[in-house]
Order: sequence, then structure tokens, then C-alpha cells
Amino acid sequence: MTTDTTVAEAGTAPRARLSPRKRKKISLTIQYAVFAVAIALLVLVADWQAIQHAFFNLDEARKAFPDILSIGLKNTIIYTLSGYVLGFFLGLVVALMRLSDVVPYRAVALVYIEVFRGLPAIVVFMILGFGMPIAFTDFEMPYDPYGTVALALGLVSAAYLAETFRAGIQAVPKGQTEAARSLGMSQGRAMITVIVPQAIRIVVPPLTNELILLFKDSSLVFVIGFTLSGYDLFKFGESLSNQTGNSTPLIVAGMLYLCLTVPLGYLVRKLEAKQKRGRV
Amino acid sequence: MTAAVQVAGLHKSFGDLEVLKGIDFTVEAGQVVCIIGPSGSGKSTLLRCVNLLEQPTAGQVFVSGTELTHIDVDIDAARRRLGMVFQQFNLFGHMSVLDNVSIAQRRVLKRSKAKAAEIGMRNLEKVGVAEKAEQYPAQLSGGQQQRVAIARALSMDPDVMLFDEPTSALDPELVGDVLGAMRQLADEGMTMLVVTHEMQFAREVADVVLFMDEGVVVEHGPPAQVIGNPQHERTRTFLHRVLNPTHADDEATTPS
Ligand SMILES: Nc1ncnc2c1ncn2[C@@H]1O[C@H](COP(=O)(O)OP(=O)(O)OP(=O)(O)O)[C@@H](O)[C@H]1O
Ligand SMILES: [Mg+2]
Repeated sequence: MTTDTTVAEAGTAPRARLSPRKRKKISLTIQYAVFAVAIALLVLVADWQAIQHAFFNLDEARKAFPDILSIGLKNTIIYTLSGYVLGFFLGLVVALMRLSDVVPYRAVALVYIEVFRGLPAIVVFMILGFGMPIAFTDFEMPYDPYGTVALALGLVSAAYLAETFRAGIQAVPKGQTEAARSLGMSQGRAMITVIVPQAIRIVVPPLTNELILLFKDSSLVFVIGFTLSGYDLFKFGESLSNQTGNSTPLIVAGMLYLCLTVPLGYLVRKLEAKQKRGRV
Repeated sequence: MTAAVQVAGLHKSFGDLEVLKGIDFTVEAGQVVCIIGPSGSGKSTLLRCVNLLEQPTAGQVFVSGTELTHIDVDIDAARRRLGMVFQQFNLFGHMSVLDNVSIAQRRVLKRSKAKAAEIGMRNLEKVGVAEKAEQYPAQLSGGQQQRVAIARALSMDPDVMLFDEPTSALDPELVGDVLGAMRQLADEGMTMLVVTHEMQFAREVADVVLFMDEGVVVEHGPPAQVIGNPQHERTRTFLHRVLNPTHADDEATTPS
């Protein structure tokens, strides 16, 4: 579009004007200048001493270790992975129900997906944390708090994972089912041996993305309420910050989240690039 | 003796579109029957109705005397008597070649892993791709993939093999390998129902040729008759187009 107009202008108005190359150079210079000014303002206006004291206080950071690793990080990893494993299988079941020929299955799956995708995760966690013990008084959740947290994160992630699996299953060519059926496999057998394994391969990048999201969502499970030994990374950093009146532990917790999620994000990009190459 | 395949009064509609308008034919055990006809005439639909990948709207299909279209038939069990080879190969992309030829034997016929591998390898050898056993489908040429697909179907010990344009998706220089494997299969006495545009194959290997057009069998008989001396105008026009593709628009001339 830009080339069209410049060509037209060059054709009709042969006056001395800026060439597109020069114009681009000026625009770039302005962008760099704005950036430099913004940085300079930040440096001049901010009180670096105060910022460092509040957020990057080495003494406070040292106090957070090693418990922030042995309690916070450990719990965040356990919560997220157990929730993910549960969500993975539940999501697969919901996806298969969603694609089933049996109308009630489809309806249940649809309602499930809409409810758990539509509700804020924190609402689900609160209902599970407070409502469950009241509603099912005789039911003792095994491995508390791990059981309740896994269930909470599993229920929420299953809704997203189900939609991912459905997309994957539908992306497997129809000929694969037909070949499997022509070899005498039943519909269910074909699904398990031929379709689902290929569907999962197709959706590995989005599945990894869901894991990243779940690492972050796991920071909401504190509303279920537990004792210190059950604190996840966020709750651990937050309570230590409250105690000391210094935000550094939160920054440390944040960094540890990034240590988990950034490599996973890198992995997703790698996987996506690999798939793209594979298809061409 | 009961026929290997018997099709009686077969109709198939997709919504308002009637694709098959009453098809009758029989394939005797050991026969090779080739189905030819223009694009859209319903050849694939007919083949897919024979193993019930499509549910016929009306009519009956019998395989070795069992009615597949009967409402109480165990379709998964009945289908095992029919092997099918597709135009697009449809190998399982996530499995090695050996797993492709053994997975259904193990899961459906409950053969042991060793037994399934042995039978699979024998069939891979038969079609000349045994050295590819450990590779994945994507690493194979189209011709090799299609031969693996044939070995996969053969490993289920079918009574009848169905082929839907098995060479149409292949580069011309690879067609010969696949046709060679099919010819060998025919020589060994396999009952085969083949949709094809390879007229030379039909002429040399088929016992019976069916010419289909617009959902009906226009003409059938030995290849020397249907291809060599067709009786119907529609057959002549079709053959003229297929055999002289560069002169497809010329007036069809009656061979005499
Ligand atoms: N699942 C379907 N739904 C609707 N219409 C279909 C379906 N399958 C096939 N048809 C239609 O049925 C007609 C016959 O198709 P079919 O694939 O059997 O033809 P064919 O003889 O195999 O042609 P070709 O030589 O191109 O493979 C076509 O008009 C096609 O559009
Ligand atoms: Mg076809």
C-alpha cells in the first residue's frame, strides 16, 4: 500500500520530496529518541535507593532461602503437576464425550467446559476449599491439602485441555479412522490406538502453554487456606513480605515463577517451529 | 460355492444426491474385478459401501455368504474379511512401518507381538519393503507407503482385498512397483475388487471389468469385451478420453 502511493506521488508530483528511505530513517531516529528520553526520565525521577531497599534487598532475599525453595517452589511444582495430570486425563475424557454420538454425553461435556472456562479460577477454588467440607462432611479428602488443590486445578484446567484435545482430534485426517475401521477396529479402539496419540502430538505446543498458565493459576490456591508447610510460591513470598514489611521476597518468588515458565515458553516456540518445518 | 462378494440392489444417497442407483454384481472367489468409470460416477462410494465405511441407503452386501448390511451383524468382525487400500495410503503416521502392519493383528485378532511381527514382516517382504520396517511412513516414498498399506491389509488375512485408485496419488515412475505387487497378489489367487484408471492393468489382470457411470453399472464383462470392444456409447467415450488424453475433445471413434 505504501509503495503504491509513493509510486503514484512520484509519478504525478515530481517535486523534491523525502524518499521513502529517508523517511524511514527519520521515523526510526524519532523512535530511538523517545525511548532514550523515557529511560532518562525513569533514571532521574525514580528514587533508586528506595526501590532497591524495597524490592532488591539482598539481606531480605537471603532470609527467604532456603525455605522459599523447599516449601514454596516445591509446593507450586507439586500443585501444578498434580493438577495438570488430573486435568489432562479429565480433559481427554471430556473431549471424547464432547465428540460422542451420545447426546447426553455431549451435553454434559459442553456444560462442563462452559462452566469451568467461564468461572474465575478463584471462585472454583473457594467453593472447593470452603464448600466441599461443609457439603460432604463425612468425606475426608486424601492427602490434604494436595488432594484438594489437585482437584481444584484439575477441574479448571480440564475445561481448557478438553477444548485443546477436541481441536487435536478433529485435526487428525478422517482417513486415519477409516483405515483403522477397515482393519476391523471398533470406533473406540480406533480412537485409542490411532486418533488420540496423533491428536496429542498435534497439540503438544498448546498443551505446554496450558501448563504455563496453570503454573500461574496455582498461585490462587492460597484461598483454599493452608498452614505454612502447604504454602505455594506466591503465598510464601507474600506472607514473608508481610512479616518483614519488605517486598523483596515477592520479587524472589516472581523470579522463581519465571524460572519455571520462561524455559517452558521457549520449549513451546521450539516445538511450534519444529511442527511448522515438519508440515512444509 | 458362495460368491466372495455379492452386491444386490445397492442404493446410496447423500441427502438429495443419489450417487448409487441400484448396483448388482458378484465377485467369485479368486476373481479380480476392476471398476472403471469417469470421476464422480460413484466408484469410491460403491467400494466404501462394500465394507460399510458408508452405510448404504438400500440394498444388500454379502461377503462369503454373510450379509454385512444385516442389522444384527457384528460389523467390526465382518469387516476383517475385507482388506482395504486407499488412494491416500492412510498409514498411521505415529507408528513405524512394522507397527503399522502389526497393530491391528495384535489389538483386533489378539495375536502375540512376536506372531504379529512375523506375519507383518512376511507381508512386507512379499511387497518388497521389508527393509523399511523400522522407518516411519513420512520417510518413505509414496510407492513404498502404498505397498506398506497393502501389507498392512494382507496381515489381517482378508478373504477379499478392496483397492480404491491405489496408484492415483503416485508419481508415474512409482506406479509400476505398486501395480507389480497387486499383480503378484492376483497371481496368488487373492480375490480383488479394484477401482482403477490403469487400463493396461485392468486389461491384463482383471477377470471382469465393470464400467460405471452416473451411479449405475453400464457394462460388464471380460476386459477384452468391455475395454477391447465396448458395446455402449458412454463406455466408448470414456475409454477414448482415458486412452487418448491429449485428444480428449476429439469425436470418439468406434474401434473396429
Ligand atoms: N460423504 C459425501 N457426502 C456428500 N457427497 C458425497 C460424499 N462422498 C461422495 N459424494 C458425492 O458422490 C459422488 C460420487 O463420488 P465418488 O467419490 O464415489 O466418485 P468416484 O467415482 O470415486 O470419483 P473419482 O474418480 O473422482 O474418485 C460425487 O458427486 C461426490 O461429490
Ligand atoms: Mg474415487
